[in-house]
Amino acid sequence: MSQATKSPQEPAKAAKRAPAKKGKPPKRAKQGLLGLEQKRNLTGWTFLIPAALLITVMSFWPMFKAFQLSLQIGKNKLEYADPLWYNYVRLFTKDKTFILTMKNTFLYLIIQVPIMLVLALILAYLLNKKDLRCRALFRTAIFLPCAISLVSYSMVFRTMFAKEGLVNDVLVGLNLLNEPINWLNEPNAARAVIILGLLWRWTGYNMIFYLAGLQNLDYATFEAAKIDGAGPIQTFLHVTIPQLRPMILLTAIMSTNGTLQLFDESYALTGGGPSHQTQTMSHYLFEVSFKNNSNFGYASAISFAILVMVAVLALIQMRVGDKRD
Amino acid sequence: MISVISDKAKRIWRLVPNYVFLSIASVVSIFPLYFMAVSATNTSQEVLGSKLLPGGNLAENWRNLVANNDVGRALLASFVIAVAITVLSLLVCSIAGYGFEIYHSKGKDVVMAILLLAMMIPFAATMIPLFQLFRNMHMYGSWFAVIIPAISTPFMILLFRQSSRNFPHEVLEAARLDGLRELGIFVRIYMPTMRATYAAAATITFMNAWNNFMWPRVILKPGTQTLPILISNLTAGYVTDYGGLMLAVLLASLPTVVIFLVLQRSFAEGITGAIK
Repeated sequence: MSQATKSPQEPAKAAKRAPAKKGKPPKRAKQGLLGLEQKRNLTGWTFLIPAALLITVMSFWPMFKAFQLSLQIGKNKLEYADPLWYNYVRLFTKDKTFILTMKNTFLYLIIQVPIMLVLALILAYLLNKKDLRCRALFRTAIFLPCAISLVSYSMVFRTMFAKEGLVNDVLVGLNLLNEPINWLNEPNAARAVIILGLLWRWTGYNMIFYLAGLQNLDYATFEAAKIDGAGPIQTFLHVTIPQLRPMILLTAIMSTNGTLQLFDESYALTGGGPSHQTQTMSHYLFEVSFKNNSNFGYASAISFAILVMVAVLALIQMRVGDKRD
Repeated sequence: MISVISDKAKRIWRLVPNYVFLSIASVVSIFPLYFMAVSATNTSQEVLGSKLLPGGNLAENWRNLVANNDVGRALLASFVIAVAITVLSLLVCSIAGYGFEIYHSKGKDVVMAILLLAMMIPFAATMIPLFQLFRNMHMYGSWFAVIIPAISTPFMILLFRQSSRNFPHEVLEAARLDGLRELGIFVRIYMPTMRATYAAAATITFMNAWNNFMWPRVILKPGTQTLPILISNLTAGYVTDYGGLMLAVLLASLPTVVIFLVLQRSFAEGITGAIK
């Protein structure tokens, strides 16, 4: 992520730093054993050590530890499995529930993320007109769902999509349905509700990234497109989108990352049901880890599988995002 | 004259699709929140009966909610945890971002690149060892166990590192000539100057901490639950009191919605600021 977004700023960064380095007096003030430059360098290190240590202990170490655990089996006393990758074989060949939750998660990813990003892009484009009135109002309204916690909005959707609830009342009232759908108890309907919820919660969030990107666009390219006689849709497709590519790549990676880790909606909106049909990988991981038959070795294999999927998809997206020129 | 008018008319007409589409999106975005707020004042029956106007059952919903749940304690837990995470995170991450940028060196760039990799580690992948770690330290169920892993994030460090680029070096040199120590410069000059960045960082961190669910759910005992955990338990019973449920959701959403409305610009700059 950082590579893709950092590169355009590199020259600016270098330019800013150059005078700073010149400004530091190289020899004038030597203090004690260390030169001033070295002393400041050391100060810099002490400033960043608490943060770096915390990330090491709270992210990197647990990640390696999870990998080590994933090679172990046993309920109370963990021992290395034979063969070592036993948990992974079990996970991908024998565990039908895991395969189901993996399919669910990827279904959410494949359907929801593209729709959301396209919607967000369109909304940002429509909103980024100078002579549009009430821009701030529209922006606030569309961005507002981000202020609500995932559990909270899951509960609101759960209430609206209850069998006797609002959505059925409206659909039956408009004669779009003959009889109420039991949204949260039909696998596909429940999956659709989760996808709708995700769209509602995150479209505005991504729109903000595109709005920020649109404000940095090169105005001259639009003038050129106008002179060449390009219509608004052509301009959008051939001028706006290519310039927004770094932002699109960033939002795609973030959304993919987030969707693969989906937990709250599965837990609070559908409870993963009916019978694991809407459950996500993280929710299944939670159950294997902390429900009655908790098995940390096997659960760690699930968690490491999620990590690898996140990493592989991010790498693929970076490749695709960088190449398309 | 005529051409001027028709030009203006043309321009207004051209924006009609924008207004239509944006209005629909706004209504869709706000409606569930309106439904939540209205439902908090209605009985469970009325909520399911799709009543869309405020009712008179707010007090009754509140009584039922607090009779069956320790709402006060959950509010306190959510509040203390979110504030502690916000204060500590801002301190630790801002001084780190400052250190990375102001005392820039090759070695620090390497460390930063490694720390950024942590952004790609899903929380799920670290959850079990973290759980074991805190359990072994006898911190299962403790607020500290919720707070500590959330303090240092690569995103916040990056945000402060990027913003530190705007911190003028002349000020730094002047302060040094005045005899301020390096830490003094950070506390007395950098922190007040970078108020906008702190506001953005605080908004995001508080909202994330307030809304966090998975880790508190894993590490807290039932008696020490936060607001999102309390809410998730409200549907566990045989019959759900939808009025009470919506009231609890409203209660949990009010602080973040207010912060959002007041500091929206900060929030938007915060989420996009690290990548500019």
